[in-house]
Amino acid sequence: MKLKEIAEILSLRPLTPVEGLEREVSGAYVGDLLSDVMANAGEGNLWITLQTHVNIVAVAVFKNLSAIVIVNGRMPDSDTMDKAVSEDIPILLTGKSAFETAGKLYQILNAQNLQG
Amino acid sequence: MRLKEIIRLLDAVIITNSRDYEAEIEWACATDLMSDVLYYSRGNSVLITGLAKQQAIRTSDIADIKVVVFTRGKEPDTHTIELARKKKITLLITPYSMFTACGKLYERGLRCCPE
Amino acid sequence: MKIDKTYEGNFHIVGGDFSRAGEASTELKTILLNVGIEDEIVRRVAIATFEAEMNIMIYATAGILRYIISPEEIRIIAEDMGPGIEDIELAMQEGYSTAPDWVREMGWGAGMGLPNMKKNADIFRIDSVVGEGTTVEMIIKL
Repeated sequence: MKLKEIAEILSLRPLTPVEGLEREVSGAYVGDLLSDVMANAGEGNLWITLQTHVNIVAVAVFKNLSAIVIVNGRMPDSDTMDKAVSEDIPILLTGKSAFETAGKLYQILNAQNLQG
Repeated sequence: MRLKEIIRLLDAVIITNSRDYEAEIEWACATDLMSDVLYYSRGNSVLITGLAKQQAIRTSDIADIKVVVFTRGKEPDTHTIELARKKKITLLITPYSMFTACGKLYERGLRCCPE
Repeated sequence: MKIDKTYEGNFHIVGGDFSRAGEASTELKTILLNVGIEDEIVRRVAIATFEAEMNIMIYATAGILRYIISPEEIRIIAEDMGPGIEDIELAMQEGYSTAPDWVREMGWGAGMGLPNMKKNADIFRIDSVVGEGTTVEMIIKL
């Protein structure tokens, strides 16, 4: 499923250039401990987190994640944004919690898999 | 959502429990950051976390959280289990990731703590 | 239930000892419940104190947590010998943190500590001298 479709359904607000929204999302991972995400997130996953500091971009690049969704209305640091743009990692925001964002996305991705 | 339903939906292993399986759990909170548990959670909720450490139990006790679920089959150490038992916190382990655990509970109607 | 007298006490916190982190706040929570303070207030005091305790644990060499429970209010004073805070306004922002990576991997240091204390206290004061330490005072009215 395209990131763009997910962003529309969940009303996510992209902070990075819109071209990034054409990416395919393979699944999702929720986590705030970078070591955990490094060890366990899958390639192409959309990463749902509360973390905002610059290291999240490095993790996303290293693990080839499709995008980062920052929850609870948290704003990323400015150096995080600079790095996300230069490394071409989409960052999207939502005012909703990780639980709700994950809950809804799980249903969307499941429905998609059933159709596919 | 009843505790027994949470256990069933998450295929959870019960590590400690002194609560009635029919007990109603009102809200859910999913995070690995303890200050966020303290900031957003309500009492009588379930915490879903990948932080399978004593800190998660300590934080839950402070915030009146009754049920803690460790994700991805992470086994806590004995200090963590002992603290959960002492604080009468129901401690569960689910084989699922936090994403899947949230999805399964949300799908059956559990909602996150209101602000 | 009305409190008829004043209770006072303190806890010594040693920096860096994660295994004991939260013990003081847990003990204070028990004291408050025994005194007969209502649950929702106990929860607020416990959360605010826990964050103060964690800050001492994470950043300072040592510190002391004092509590005064009177018929009108609960007062918590957390005083530490730590590095101090350079820019308090910045430190108060949600998500701002100077915590090292290892602390973040322990589930802390995501920049919600001070906002959390402020959220749960009716009156929140912070005073800090770089190189000397930080004092936080929190009052929760009964």
